[in-house]
Amino acid sequence: MIEALSYEFIQNALIAGVLVSIASGIIGSLIVVNRMVFLAGGIAHTAYGGIGLAVFFGFPIFLGASIFSVISALIISFITFNHRNRMDTFIGLMWAVGMALGVVLIDLTPGYNIDLMSYLFGSILAVSHNDLYYMGGLLFVIIFIMTFWYRDILAVSYDSQYASLRGINVKFFYTLILVLSALTVVVAIKVVGLILVIALLTIPVYIAEKLSNTLSIMMILSGFFSSIFTLFGLYISYTYNIASGAAIILISALSLFLFLIINKLRLL
Amino acid sequence: MSVIEIKNLSFAYHKHNVLEEINLKVQERDFLAIIGPNGGGKSTLLKLILGIETIQKGEIETFGEKPTKNLSKIGYVPQDTNINTDFPIKVIEVVMMGHIGTKQPLFGYAKEEIMCARGALAQVGMEEFAQKKIGELSGGQRQRVMIARALCAHPKILVLDEPTSNIDVDGQQQIYELLKLLNKSITIIVVSHAISMVLGFASKIVHINKKMTSHKFNNKKEEPSEHFCEVEFFNTLKEAT
Repeated sequence: MIEALSYEFIQNALIAGVLVSIASGIIGSLIVVNRMVFLAGGIAHTAYGGIGLAVFFGFPIFLGASIFSVISALIISFITFNHRNRMDTFIGLMWAVGMALGVVLIDLTPGYNIDLMSYLFGSILAVSHNDLYYMGGLLFVIIFIMTFWYRDILAVSYDSQYASLRGINVKFFYTLILVLSALTVVVAIKVVGLILVIALLTIPVYIAEKLSNTLSIMMILSGFFSSIFTLFGLYISYTYNIASGAAIILISALSLFLFLIINKLRLL
Repeated sequence: MSVIEIKNLSFAYHKHNVLEEINLKVQERDFLAIIGPNGGGKSTLLKLILGIETIQKGEIETFGEKPTKNLSKIGYVPQDTNINTDFPIKVIEVVMMGHIGTKQPLFGYAKEEIMCARGALAQVGMEEFAQKKIGELSGGQRQRVMIARALCAHPKILVLDEPTSNIDVDGQQQIYELLKLLNKSITIIVVSHAISMVLGFASKIVHINKKMTSHKFNNKKEEPSEHFCEVEFFNTLKEAT
């Protein structure tokens, strides 16, 4: 294992794993407390349309997926405030259409045989330097926004009606949370793939929620657990030669399972 | 002096009338109870007073001005819905949401805000719960915290939307005792289904079912523990009319 650390792609994978884990810990906490898990799932799958678009027109994948998922986040925000009762229908629609669009566009791309699996289940061992800059930049933006607007975001998440009475722009912050979720989902796709993104955004967060009595501690703990699971998953993946994304998620799920058992025993 | 004055107020959702020709004056230090059937327009009236809904026809003045001008003078306690009890937030953080500060520090909370929140918690007898997670409290305790949050802004009027709908009878009694205490300095407006409870504490009762019927309630019971339920209430109303 030690000699593996000298490979650049392993180093990149480890750095990417930690950066994305911290970002998804913070954003996953917001997604969970705002009950937006299904929305995030919708955004993740819609992002595949953006990947297809990027491949077809030949611009960077991150850029294509980001633009596409941010637009889908804005649409979801619009639906939330205007057609709340039809929300699940619309998200289901976007979910499916985004995927279909991605598949078709990639099929139509001449001479380019992209590995669909790497987007469905992640390709953390193929992280480039540019990817790292993008992830680092996103994490910086997320931390900056969280420290600057923490109280507003807390108020909107806990009790949006009261927040609006206090003059906080609820629509703005709700949309902001969705847009940040969209951007985080895109980088998390690189690590665990779009099918498993939801697990990364919820499993460590669920454990952290049980152990925290403030939102900020929940975010920090989520990032920490997520990093541990990701690094351990990568180790397992390298040692036993299995898919990294799936290894990370199974390690997370196993940890959650153990956590729940310990929690139960402690209560007895 | 009247702190709220409503004149010929009508309101409709999608051409469906919810309120018709409401006229109401709330005096300083009134304890006004609003009763009436579900869907009768009670909550809509509150939303109009709080400036959440825009006035379509008629007038509302709070402290002689448009409702939106005096939002900070009105404390609002929403209906206890028991949602979000898993939310990782401490009692004192919830209370501090009510604070309307001039300046907020970049990180954390200002000393002034913490003091204010502690004061509000002490007022509702929940000071020792300041560091507890909100989900660990009972329904009645949580409702006290919501009252403290509203008090944090030092309101002149406290508006409560069915504050005791999910609370057991003892808890209801305690909440109303607390409101009675607060009523010494603050005007109270409460929407409630707990008619027998309202009766022991309110100084004025209005019934809203699209239209408003007002009941001045001067014959307050001397003994709060004396039996008095909806039946006696109904009889009293019949005598009055």
